[in-house]
Amino acid sequence: MGGPVGDPTPVWAVVALPLVLAALTYSAAAMDSAFHSGGGFVAPLREGVRLVVQQRRRTLAPDALLARIGVISLPAAALLAATVIPLDGGSVWEPPVSVVWFNAMEVVAWGSLWLAGWGVNSAFPLIGGYRFVAQGLAYELPHMFALITAGLGAGSLDLTEVAAAQDGLWFAVWMPVAFAVYLLSAVAMTFWGPMSHPVADDAAGGVAAELSGPDRLLFFAGRLALLTVAAAAAVPLFLGGGAGPWLPGWAWSLIKTYAVLALLVWVRGGFPVLRMDRFMTAAWMVLIPATLLQALVVGIVVVN
Amino acid sequence: MQTVAFWVLAVGAVGFGVAVFVVDSMARATFALLASFLCVGVELLLLDLDYLGVLVILMMIMEMLVMAVFMIMYMMNPGGLMPMTMVHNKRGALAISGSVFAALAAGVFLTPWPERRGSVPADPTFSVGESIMGPKMLVMMVIGIAILATMVASVVLATDRGRYDRPPGRADGAK
Repeated sequence: MGGPVGDPTPVWAVVALPLVLAALTYSAAAMDSAFHSGGGFVAPLREGVRLVVQQRRRTLAPDALLARIGVISLPAAALLAATVIPLDGGSVWEPPVSVVWFNAMEVVAWGSLWLAGWGVNSAFPLIGGYRFVAQGLAYELPHMFALITAGLGAGSLDLTEVAAAQDGLWFAVWMPVAFAVYLLSAVAMTFWGPMSHPVADDAAGGVAAELSGPDRLLFFAGRLALLTVAAAAAVPLFLGGGAGPWLPGWAWSLIKTYAVLALLVWVRGGFPVLRMDRFMTAAWMVLIPATLLQALVVGIVVVN
Repeated sequence: MQTVAFWVLAVGAVGFGVAVFVVDSMARATFALLASFLCVGVELLLLDLDYLGVLVILMMIMEMLVMAVFMIMYMMNPGGLMPMTMVHNKRGALAISGSVFAALAAGVFLTPWPERRGSVPADPTFSVGESIMGPKMLVMMVIGIAILATMVASVVLATDRGRYDRPPGRADGAK
């Protein structure tokens, strides 16, 4: 999230990135609190402070190293994914395949959840970890196809170029299936709302059941940060990036990011948690063929 | 800077590779292997092979997670709670791996390496694909789809009913 294309990344952008991500993540937590629990905008802060000072609860014979890696890698992956997301024409790091990098960092969450679930040596977290591996496998393919469709429409795997290719017509308008599948699978990849089976109540909190204190704070902050990054990536991928009248590019990027984020946060309240073993069929039988057809349509349009 | 990064990652890749055989827990061995592959992926990024590097990182994370599920299913000591070793037939294995390493290392020094001709292409990944596949690209892509279709079809034919599918005639009822 730095200067225009071509310039070397300024130092302030590298410093600002974690701060911007943290602010957006906190907004997500505040929106969640305002929409669903009625706790107001200070509630996440209060909960965060409570978790920071809370003493850690220990389990018998944990693999503490693996559990720690699992918990810490979740916010770390969100930050690494955020480095390639353009805010105003350019991003902090500009690899020519930033779409693939973004996806790779989302997939880190598989490892995070499995490690956190395995490491604490407790049955319910382990079940949650395995649930997420299955969920990730089922949703990675439709997610990947939705990302590739946007890349195909732009002829590039660079988020900045994908945003620039939507001159006049947003990809969300002429590839609605890919956009819908992207949002749905992004919710699944961040185990949020209806896709929160890996941390669901029926398994006593799943992966997070034994996490307490700072671990729990990092884990759930990491999840919200991943959700935030997924919302921010939807802007260059499908919503025209920073394009818009009157306001500068970064302002439009932020406004659009907030809109997508509010939608994703709001989704949590309205739908029950889906049992992944049942919903797996829908992922394989409906979403993958739908995204493939969408890619075919986009491919034909691009070739012509 | 790049040289330092190269050496740190190279030592890291080998170190994590050694760790795979030292740790006594299958979970740790799997993720040590993943860490080793991630080091290799970043090495590829250093070589400006962006697509290959990022792809190695993406695929290896997915692959190691799937591998973790299967290895833990099959290994006698998944959690490191009982004595376990990843090494068998130590002397034979040492002799074989030592001589293979010596042969490969000798090859590095004995091969007359060609000088670089021309300059680095704009898109190295594309050029590697072109020079490996050449005019047979179309055939390879068709074969790739055929292999995928065969795998899906054989799984569909082999599984009459999955563990979580409901029995026929009870599509709406309880499992």
